[in-house]
Amino acid sequence: MKYKEKLIENFFKFCASITIFTTIGIIAVLLFESISFFRDVSIFEFLTDTQWTPLFSEKHFGILALVSGTFLTAAIAIAVALPIGLTIAIYLNMYAPKSFRKTLKPFLEILAAIPTVVYGFFALTIVTPFLQTIYPDLETFNSLSAGIVMGIMIIPFISSLSEDALYAVPKSLKLAAFGMGSTRFQTAFKVMVPAASSGIIVSVILAISRAIGETMIVAIAAGQQPQLTLNPTVPVQTITSFIVQVSSGDAPQGSVEYKTIFAAGLTLFLFTFTLNSVSFWIKKKYQEKYE
Amino acid sequence: MNNFQKNKLIDHSFKILGMLFTFLGILILAILIYNIVKVGYTRINWTFLTSLPSRKPENAGIYTAIIGTLDLMLLTVLFAIPVGVGAGIYLEEYAKKSKLSSLLEINISNLAGVPSIIYGLLGLGVFVRFFNFGGSILSGSLTLSLLILPIIIVATREAIKAVPHSLKEASFALGASKWQTIKNVVLPSSFGGILTGIILSLSRAIGETAPLIVVGAMAYVPFVPQSIFDTFSVLPMQIFNWTTRPQQGFAIAAAGAIIVLLLITFVMNGIAVYFRNRWQKKLQ
Repeated sequence: MKYKEKLIENFFKFCASITIFTTIGIIAVLLFESISFFRDVSIFEFLTDTQWTPLFSEKHFGILALVSGTFLTAAIAIAVALPIGLTIAIYLNMYAPKSFRKTLKPFLEILAAIPTVVYGFFALTIVTPFLQTIYPDLETFNSLSAGIVMGIMIIPFISSLSEDALYAVPKSLKLAAFGMGSTRFQTAFKVMVPAASSGIIVSVILAISRAIGETMIVAIAAGQQPQLTLNPTVPVQTITSFIVQVSSGDAPQGSVEYKTIFAAGLTLFLFTFTLNSVSFWIKKKYQEKYE
Repeated sequence: MNNFQKNKLIDHSFKILGMLFTFLGILILAILIYNIVKVGYTRINWTFLTSLPSRKPENAGIYTAIIGTLDLMLLTVLFAIPVGVGAGIYLEEYAKKSKLSSLLEINISNLAGVPSIIYGLLGLGVFVRFFNFGGSILSGSLTLSLLILPIIIVATREAIKAVPHSLKEASFALGASKWQTIKNVVLPSSFGGILTGIILSLSRAIGETAPLIVVGAMAYVPFVPQSIFDTFSVLPMQIFNWTTRPQQGFAIAAAGAIIVLLLITFVMNGIAVYFRNRWQKKLQ
């Protein structure tokens, strides 16, 4: 009996430890192949060269060209999602009737449940042609359309998490502001948003991390031309869509092309890991403020 | 206009803006679905569902993609559910407050934020190359299992947390052991919450494309996989491939496949919401 109890506990412990092995596995795989990559390519070139052409005969390995595409699309996405998402969060928390909130929230959350490949199709075949009617010089593949659609995808992400943060603010603060004669708008922006700021910042950081790691929308709609540019109307390539491009072809194992995806992946992992850690730290630090 | 009226006006304008943005989100959802259905509905018929992929768009079907998706999900369920639920039980019921348990917690929250394509690279390095499973269904489902593990663990923990303490104490008072209590009291009363989490995580897995491309899922599989070591395609992979082709016929086929994928996703989310509501009512 006792033996059986111990066995079961150990099985559960093993299950939990798989998550640790996953992290170790990710870091090991990325480091192992990247070290081998950096034997062929100097880190200096990797960080300073402005061209990224590992698949051409004249090879350049400047990750900046991919990083710029990654951050350009992510910045457009956040520019769309932050104002809309935050406004929705404040509206649902301060203005909307309770029943309204209950029916609308699941609808918004459907936006987050749609597979990203579907959003990619939407960006390429619907949003880009529509934007071209307004701005004819927009190229078929561009970061604008990909960024906007990615922004739409992360709206519920920001609105849900920010709404949770607003909801956690003690009612007494809200009532005190109303008691002083503040309007809902004044209460929202002078009391609620500052009080919930750590939660809102966490939601934005997580949204940025999501946007940086998003793959299918940019792989389909943003193009495959790595270039150091801030122009949203021309094709760019992100870190993620480069990995997709190489994986869709057949780069032989051990070749430089094969190793580049791990070096690119390591760069991406470092970005998202930093963002996630910062958000976790903020959450832990400010979580118990009102408890 | 005095200050009072000005503040009132700002307040009211913001309310309208908030309403507009909320409906904008829902409007975009409607536009997306409308446009895809408009393009793709002509392909929705039995032949499309039961035809192999083809180089001619009008003959192309999604049979191998659907079978591939089903096979992959079946294996993913087999791997991810026991491990995910087990890890959740361990963290809630067994783990003591220690450095190790807080490390596990930080680690899981970090894993939830790792981009899916990185899981693809993990799968490529570990399952495809190191264990030599190749670009097979087995590699794909192991990779997806690791990807959805954090979701299942978090859902399991939330569900177990919601079980009233009194129930557990009653069970212990009757002389039940820890495992007996978990098996007979904790799991049955948290079942609804765990099930919701599992369905949502599977609905996520069904839509994943990026990690499977890296692991080596094929865009063109003209046969039904016979074993877990065979190459495979899945619905999102087929959609991605058709979307990137220049012929209009493939765009229509892609829209058709998207309708099928969205239907599956929406049904799964609907079922999850249904179970969640029923379970929450039962808890109260």
